[in-house]
Amino acid sequence: MEELLNTYKSVTLEGARTWVQVGHQSDFPQNGGACIKHKNKQIAVYNFSLTQSWYACQNLCPHKMEMVLSRGMIGDLDGIPKVACPLHKKTFSLENGSNLNGENFKIAVYPVKIQNEMVYIGFED
Amino acid sequence: MKKIIVVGNGMVGYKFCEKLSQHPDFEAYEVTVFGEESRPAYDRVHLSEYFSDKSADELLLAPSGWYASKNINLRTSELVIAIDIDAQTITTHKESQYAYDYLVLATGSSPFVPPIKGADKQGVFVYRTIEDLDAMKAYATKLKAAGKKNAAVLGGGLLGLEAANAAKELGLNAHVVEFAPRLMPRQLDQQASDMLQAKIESLGIGIHLSKATDLIAGEDCISRMDFTDDTHLDVDMLIISAGIRPRDELARNSGIQVGARGGIYVNEKMQTSVETVYAIGEVALYNEGIYGLVAPGYEMADVAVQQITGGDKCMVASIDMSTQLKLIGTEVASFGDPFVENDEIVAITYENKHSGIYKRINVARDGSRLYGGILVGDSSDYNSLFQIYYNVMKIPENPEDLILGSRGGDNILGSVLDLPDSAQICSCESVSKGAICKSLEDGSCSGYKDIVSCTKATTGCGGCKPMVTDLVNETLKSLGKEIKDTVCEHFEFSRQELYDLVKVKKITTFEEALQKIGKGCGCEICKPVLASVFSSIYMETANKQPAIQDSNDRFLANIQRNGTYSVVPRVPGGEITPEKLIVLGEIAKQYDLYTKITGGQRIDLFGAQLHELPLIWKALIDAGFESGHAYGKSLRTVKSCVGSTWCRYGMHESVSFAIEIENRYRGLRSPHKLKGGVSGCIRECAEARGKDFGLIAVDGGWNLYVCGNGGATPKHAILLAEKLDDATCVKYLDRFLMYYIRTAGPLVRTAPWLEKLDGGIEYLKKVIIEDSLGIADDLEQEMQGLVNRYECEWKQAIENPEMASRFKHFVNSDDTDDNIEFVALRDQKMPKPWAS
Ligand code: SRM
Ligand SMILES: Cc1cc2nc3c(=O)[nH]c(=O)nc-3n(C[C@H](O)[C@H](O)[C@H](O)COP(=O)(O)OP(=O)(O)OC[C@H]3O[C@@H](n4cnc5c(N)ncnc54)[C@H](O)[C@@H]3O)c2cc1C
Ligand code: SF4
Ligand code: FES
Repeated sequence: MEELLNTYKSVTLEGARTWVQVGHQSDFPQNGGACIKHKNKQIAVYNFSLTQSWYACQNLCPHKMEMVLSRGMIGDLDGIPKVACPLHKKTFSLENGSNLNGENFKIAVYPVKIQNEMVYIGFED
Repeated sequence: MKKIIVVGNGMVGYKFCEKLSQHPDFEAYEVTVFGEESRPAYDRVHLSEYFSDKSADELLLAPSGWYASKNINLRTSELVIAIDIDAQTITTHKESQYAYDYLVLATGSSPFVPPIKGADKQGVFVYRTIEDLDAMKAYATKLKAAGKKNAAVLGGGLLGLEAANAAKELGLNAHVVEFAPRLMPRQLDQQASDMLQAKIESLGIGIHLSKATDLIAGEDCISRMDFTDDTHLDVDMLIISAGIRPRDELARNSGIQVGARGGIYVNEKMQTSVETVYAIGEVALYNEGIYGLVAPGYEMADVAVQQITGGDKCMVASIDMSTQLKLIGTEVASFGDPFVENDEIVAITYENKHSGIYKRINVARDGSRLYGGILVGDSSDYNSLFQIYYNVMKIPENPEDLILGSRGGDNILGSVLDLPDSAQICSCESVSKGAICKSLEDGSCSGYKDIVSCTKATTGCGGCKPMVTDLVNETLKSLGKEIKDTVCEHFEFSRQELYDLVKVKKITTFEEALQKIGKGCGCEICKPVLASVFSSIYMETANKQPAIQDSNDRFLANIQRNGTYSVVPRVPGGEITPEKLIVLGEIAKQYDLYTKITGGQRIDLFGAQLHELPLIWKALIDAGFESGHAYGKSLRTVKSCVGSTWCRYGMHESVSFAIEIENRYRGLRSPHKLKGGVSGCIRECAEARGKDFGLIAVDGGWNLYVCGNGGATPKHAILLAEKLDDATCVKYLDRFLMYYIRTAGPLVRTAPWLEKLDGGIEYLKKVIIEDSLGIADDLEQEMQGLVNRYECEWKQAIENPEMASRFKHFVNSDDTDDNIEFVALRDQKMPKPWAS
C-alpha cells in the first residue's frame, strides 16, 4: 500500500523535466476530469473550462487506496480548486494536494500545460 | 522559557495542549508530550465508529502534523516510568530523562478486569484503545471462519451496551452479562431498565441480569462463562466492561498522594500534593470522585492551563454526570440525580409499553425545581430538561407537562432564548449560551458553521447539536437576520428558490446558472442539486451534463468499494419472466458479475468495470431491459405483493397497479430517492407503509399513504386518502410527488419534508385533495409533461458515441485499471477488503 502511494510525488512547474502529451483538450470533459496513464502511474486530469485552467493529480485516493479521483466532482472552496472523491467525498486542493476536510491525507499534484490544443503533464522522470 | 511536560496524549492530555496553544502567552512555554500509544490522541468517545465508518486517521483529534506546527514536541510510543519530584525530572522507558517546571499527568484510566479465574484466556478483551478493537476484529473474523458466533460483554453499563452493539456489528450474537439486577445501574431505575431491556432484546442482544461470573472456562480459548447460580452461557469471545481504574501508578511510585481506591488527589486548581505537578482527566481524584466522562476532563484541562499561566480559574465543586447512551438503536438519557425521592422530592413517571417509552422526573414537592430524571425510548427533550435542571429554572405549574406536554409539539422550554446566558449548551467543550449569542451579535460569527468552528460546540459527543441549531436560528431571527438554508458558498439560495429561478429565468446549463445566479466554479454540493433541478424541470437525463452529476449518476451506475460498478435493470413491480431471468444470469456469467437479489425486488449485478458498463447495458437493452435508476435520486422501485391474481386474500390486483405506477414515474428525478409499494390487502406484504408512497387495497378501492421510509430513521407512511379508484390514485400521486419535488430541500426525503411542512398532513391533504393553493392542475400537467418525455438514459448513452466515450478508464490508453483486485466469496467474488 505504502509503496503504491510512494509512486506519486508532487511535481512543481519548475521541477518538471519531461512534458508528456496525454491527449487533445476535447478528450477531457468540460468542468470535469478523466484519467490518463503514464508508465505505471495513473493521473487524473481536470479541465476547469469556466476559468480555463487545468490541474492534474494522482488518481489514487489515499483514503482507501482506490483509483477513482478522476471520477470525482470538481469545484472550488473559497477560490481554491478542488476535487471530491466519488467514494466518500473527501476533498483535496488541486493547488497543493492538501486535504480540505482537515484530515491527515495528501495527494500529489502535477503541472499541466496546453499547447496547440494538446494537453501535456509535467513529470520528473 | 518554562518547560511543561504532559504525560499521556489521550483526550484530556490533548485538550490541555489545545487550550494552552490558544493562550496568549503560549510562546513562553516549551511543551513536551509523552504518549504510550502509537498514535496521537484520538476520539475515544466515538471509538465504536471504528467498526462502522471511521478510520483511525479520521478519529484523530488533530492531524499528527498539528503538534509540530504548534512547536509541541510529541513523543508517541514512549512510556513515562518514573518522576523525581525533587529534581523535577521524568524518566521514560527509553531511559531518557527530561526536566520540567510543570508536570501535567493525564494518564487516564485502564479497564478494570475483575479477578475472575480464566480472565487471561484467549478471546477475552477489554474495550478502550484502537488496538483493542483491532484485536477484537481479527478474533471475530477467526471465530466466524470457524463457524463460532457467540460473544458476551461483562458489564451492562453505558460502555458495556455500546460494546455489545459493536459485537453485533462484528456479525456475532451478542449477550450482556450484568451483576446488578438492572442495566445501567448507575443511571436507570428498575422500570427504565426493564423498558431498555425489552428494547435491546428486540434488537437481538441477549440480556442476563443478576449474574455473578465465577469462572471463565475453556481450554486455551474461552468457551463458556459459569455463574454462581449454577447457570452458564456458551461464549466464544468476551469483552470486559466492568468499570475503570485510574492509571495512578506513576504518581503512586513517585510519592504523589493517591486515594485509597485509586486516583491522584487534586485540589480545585488541579494541583496534586506536589505543587508543580497537576493531574487532569480520568486519573484525577477530585472531591472524592473519579469522572469517567470527557466533559469534566476538558474542564480540568482548562483549569490547569489557566492555573499554570497565572490565571485563577478553579474547578466547580459539583460535577455533572448527566449522560446519553449512543448507538444502540434506542434513546436513553439520565440527568442530575436520577433516583432521589424523599419527603421533599417526588418522582413523576410516564410509561408506555407499547411504544417502549419511559420517562421519570424528580421534582420538588413544592414545585420549585427539577432535580433529575431518566428518559428511555424518546430522549428528544433531554437537552431542554437538562437545562431546566442545571440552571435551576422555573418549572411549569403542572410539572408533568415536562414529560407529557411536548405532545403539542412546542418545546417545553418555551424559547431557547429564555435560558440564562450562563447556561452550558455544549458541556463537552463548555460553551455557554452567552458565548454563542455574543459571537452572533457582535458579528464575529454569521451562522451555525461559524459557531462550530469558533467555539467547537457540538464537536464532542454531539448531543447538543439540536440545541445549538435552535439557538443560532432563534438568535439570528431576533437580530432580524433572515435564516436561509442556502445550498453552498456558490449559490445563496435554497433548493426551492433555485428550482423557481431556473424555471423563471429559463436557465438550462450549470455554467449559465453560475453566471446568472451564482459565483465561483461550483462544488460537489451544488452541482448535484442543480442537476436534479434541471432534470425535474426539463426531464433531461444525466447524459446531458454528466460532469455536474453526483458520482453515481455520472456513470449511470453505483460505484462500489473498489471503484467498479453495479448494474441494476428495472424490474417493474418485481415481476419478471423466466426468459428475462435467464438473460440476467447469462450476462452475469459472461462478465463474471456477483449477483444478488436486492431489498427492492430486483437483481443487482456487481463488479463491472467502467469500460464494461456500455457492453453489459447493450446486452440488457437488447433483451428488453431498461435502466433501473438505482444510482439516482429518483424513483427506485414500486414494490408489490402478489395480490388478488393469486393470493387467496387479495382484494385488488396489486402487481398490475405497481407495474403501472413504476412505469409512470420511472426516471423521475427528485430531491431524494423515491420508493413506492402496493399491497393487495391489509396484511401489507409489500410494506407499502414503509415507502414514500404506498397503496393498500381495501374494500372499495385503494388507501393512499404518503411520506414513509425505512432506512436510518424509519417512519410509517400516513393516510392521505381512502378508498380511491385507480385514476384518482394516480391523480393524487402526480400532485403529491410534483409538490414534493418543487418544495423539498436537497436530500430531504418525504418523511422529514412532511415533518417540516407547516400544518403537517392536514395541510398536505388540503393542497393535494382540496387544491387549496390552486396549483393542482399545474402539478398534474407538469408531471404529465415529465412522464411523456421519459427516455431510458442507458439506451441514450450507448446509442450516442460521444456520450458513450466517458466509459473508459484511461483517455490515452485502452488498458484497464490494474489496481482492481477481487477475492473469492462463496461461489462468486467480492472486492479485496480495504486495509483499514
Ligand atoms: C442494493 C441494495 C441492498 C441490497 O442488496 O438489497 C441497496 C444498496 C444501497 N443502498 Fe439502500 N439498497 C437497497 C435497498 C434499500 C432499502 C429497502 C427497500 O428499498 O425496500 C432501504 C430502506 C427503505 C427506504 O429507503 O426507505 C434502503 C435504504 C438506504 C438508505 C437510507 C435512506 C434513508 O432515507 O434513510 C441509503 C442512504 C441514502 O440514500 O442516503 C441507501 C443507500 C444505498 C447505496 C446506494 C449506498 C451507496 O451509496 O453506495 C447502496 C448502493 C449499492 C449498489 O451499488 O447497488 N439505502 N436501501 C438495495 C437496492 C434496492 C433496489 O433494487 O434498488
Ligand atoms: C468506548 C468508549 C466510549 C466512551 N464514550 C463516552 C461518551 O459517550 N461520553 C463521555 O463523556 N465519555 C465517554 N468515554 C470516556 C472518555 O473516552 C474518557 O473520559 C476520556 O478519554 C478520558 O480522557 P483521558 O485523557 O483522561 O484518558 P485517556 O483518553 O485514556 O488518555 C490517557 C492516555 O495516557 C496514556 N498513558 C497512560 N500512562 C502513561 C504513561 N506513564 N506514559 C505515557 N502515556 C501514558 C494512555 O496510553 C492514554 O493514551 C468513552 C470511553 C470509551 C472507551
Ligand atoms: S447496502 Fe445499504 S445497508 Fe447495506 S451496507 Fe450498503 S448502504 Fe448499508
Ligand atoms: S476512498 Fe476516496 S474518500 Fe474514501
